[in-house]
Amino acid sequence: MSIRERMSGNEAVSYAIKQVNPDVMPAFPITPSTEIPQMVSTYISNGEIDTEFIPVESEHSSMSATIGASAAGARALTATSSCGLAFMWETLYIAASDRLPIVLCLVNRALTGPININCDHSDSMGARDSGWMQIYAETNQEAYDNFIMSYRITEHKDVMLPLMTCMDGFITSHAVENIELLETEEVRKFVGEYNPENYLLNAEMPMAVGPYANSPFYMETKMNQRIAMQNAKKVILDVAAEFEKISGRKYGLFEEYYLDDAEYAVVMIGSAAGTTKDAIDNLRSQGIKAGLLKIRVFRPFPDTEIAAALKGKKVVAILDRCEGNSATGGPLGAEVKAALYDSGANTVAVNYIYGIGGRDYTVEDAENLFNELIDIGNGKKQPEQFKYIGLRK
Amino acid sequence: MAYNFKEVMSKPERLAPGHRMCAGCGGTIAVRTVLRALKEGDKAVIGNATGCLEVSTFMYPYTSYEDSYIHNAFENAGATLSGVETAYHALKKRGKISDNYKFITFGGDGGTYDIGLQSLSGAMERNHDMVYVCYDNGAYMNTGIQRSSATPMYADTTTTPAGKCSNGKMQNRKDLASILAAHDIPYVAQSTFTPTMKDLYVKSEKAIYTPGAAFLNVMAPCPRGWRYDAADIMDICKLAVETCYWPLFEVVEGRWILNYEPKKKLPIEDFLRTQGRFKHLFKPENEHLLVQYQEEVDRRWEDLLFKCSR
Repeated sequence: MSIRERMSGNEAVSYAIKQVNPDVMPAFPITPSTEIPQMVSTYISNGEIDTEFIPVESEHSSMSATIGASAAGARALTATSSCGLAFMWETLYIAASDRLPIVLCLVNRALTGPININCDHSDSMGARDSGWMQIYAETNQEAYDNFIMSYRITEHKDVMLPLMTCMDGFITSHAVENIELLETEEVRKFVGEYNPENYLLNAEMPMAVGPYANSPFYMETKMNQRIAMQNAKKVILDVAAEFEKISGRKYGLFEEYYLDDAEYAVVMIGSAAGTTKDAIDNLRSQGIKAGLLKIRVFRPFPDTEIAAALKGKKVVAILDRCEGNSATGGPLGAEVKAALYDSGANTVAVNYIYGIGGRDYTVEDAENLFNELIDIGNGKKQPEQFKYIGLRK
Repeated sequence: MAYNFKEVMSKPERLAPGHRMCAGCGGTIAVRTVLRALKEGDKAVIGNATGCLEVSTFMYPYTSYEDSYIHNAFENAGATLSGVETAYHALKKRGKISDNYKFITFGGDGGTYDIGLQSLSGAMERNHDMVYVCYDNGAYMNTGIQRSSATPMYADTTTTPAGKCSNGKMQNRKDLASILAAHDIPYVAQSTFTPTMKDLYVKSEKAIYTPGAAFLNVMAPCPRGWRYDAADIMDICKLAVETCYWPLFEVVEGRWILNYEPKKKLPIEDFLRTQGRFKHLFKPENEHLLVQYQEEVDRRWEDLLFKCSR
């Protein structure tokens, strides 16, 4: 029996945490994720859950303590944004190589320089090579659902990797929308008990974590992480299929919106996909074959699946909410183009940067974008790679 | 409490031999002594900041520890063990584990005084039931003897080399035990190796079995960095105490207690002369530096006596 509610993304994720009732949560406040530790602390103070909260003195320590708790055998998590994630950077790699099934609720926000509290994906994109899985939400509903599915993925014996569940700062984290919640009992049944195989507090078998492993072993460690990341694709889909049975909501590696017969497609991540969907509705009513591929799972990267879904499109725009600082585009652009190239596709692919530091991306922007793709498709315009959408004139 | 040297030394080792620390290293002597203070039935999780100890005692696929062990990074041993300790309470509360565990983490002065100070401060202020042991050898020895904030004044290190225009490190060492005492935690102590090892053993036992956060600062000489003959370690420790360079004290629930007062305080030269890192101080033209050094040792000693007299 689902419960109809109205919640912000932060409320939805906090409610999901309450329903899962994990063992340990260290966290340090940073806008716009601050509400998550606040709400969890309130649940604990009111006796609604018995999670142990550690009010650490920095994000570096929140990830360090989460690693300690997870290695000890606890179901552990933390939440952060932006500079908080950047401050954890070193320990993100450690969490992944220690094969700890940690979940991190990331509320995406621009990285400082200049300081900016609004949404973009520079924080999580900066951590894209750290060995963490990354699943992104468009809405509060997806943020809630993604969290509930998360431990089933991280704790799976074929995976045992940490996971970032990402949602867009303020846009998703603070805007209140309708949501359907599951019954707590159903959530707990779905998530199940965590019974780790090896952990520090196992009295029968002590364990050592975090070795010095030079050239004779380091490469094999990385290979094992890679295999786990490859395994994660199937596990994510299997868990989504089970989740559909209890929720009625279907999730894949990405979402296709009018993509099947589309001639012109946009590839993007996060809340702005909703804006693009509105533009597609308008364009479709004018007979324009516009479509969207909204990436949900960015790590592991579904390269062959994306290439197959984009096969035969006339022009594809890849939208990065992150400046890659490579002088040639954003990270999503580079990876989607590589996937297309490897598949032998001759689709024209153009990389755009939008919405960084919270810059608006409107339905009009999306419509103009599709019109530009049509001009490129007709040969009226040469593709201009790495163009900013909504830049001040 | 009664200290029986033979009995204590006969307890099973919890740090196995075969690790790769140098002969004559103070670090492993500190670890073995602290771990001996664990009651035999009690289990422990040992934490460790990156440093000589970590890279020499847990080289994959071998570990020297009988107990569970976690190394995370250089600067986060405090936070890491606070996560482990909190997980223990969470799992115990939920009936998932039943054994008694103690939590002890080791860090060198680099991981403790410097890069890990914030993480340590946070863990202590939150009063996790754990012991943080700093094995203080007064420089970043693992990377090759660079100065730290624990390096004593005028020590010759690879980033404060004594030369024509320099007499080594220009600053005094940070008084970390006082900083930790100012955290108002249940137990802080400073120790080093005494002939029967009683001082460190007794303090370790108190630190481990006092509920809440405890900090031990253990002077643990490094033959490479200090430049002494490995066999001289116990003599050097004795001189550090007898010159009042490294006083033995405790701070119990905020009360300062002096554990040992030399009958005849020896001049600081007696300690400095044993180590190659202070060799340049004994050139005739540097006599005034020794005078200044003595003044600084005296000042700190008087300050400690004052704290302990209240």
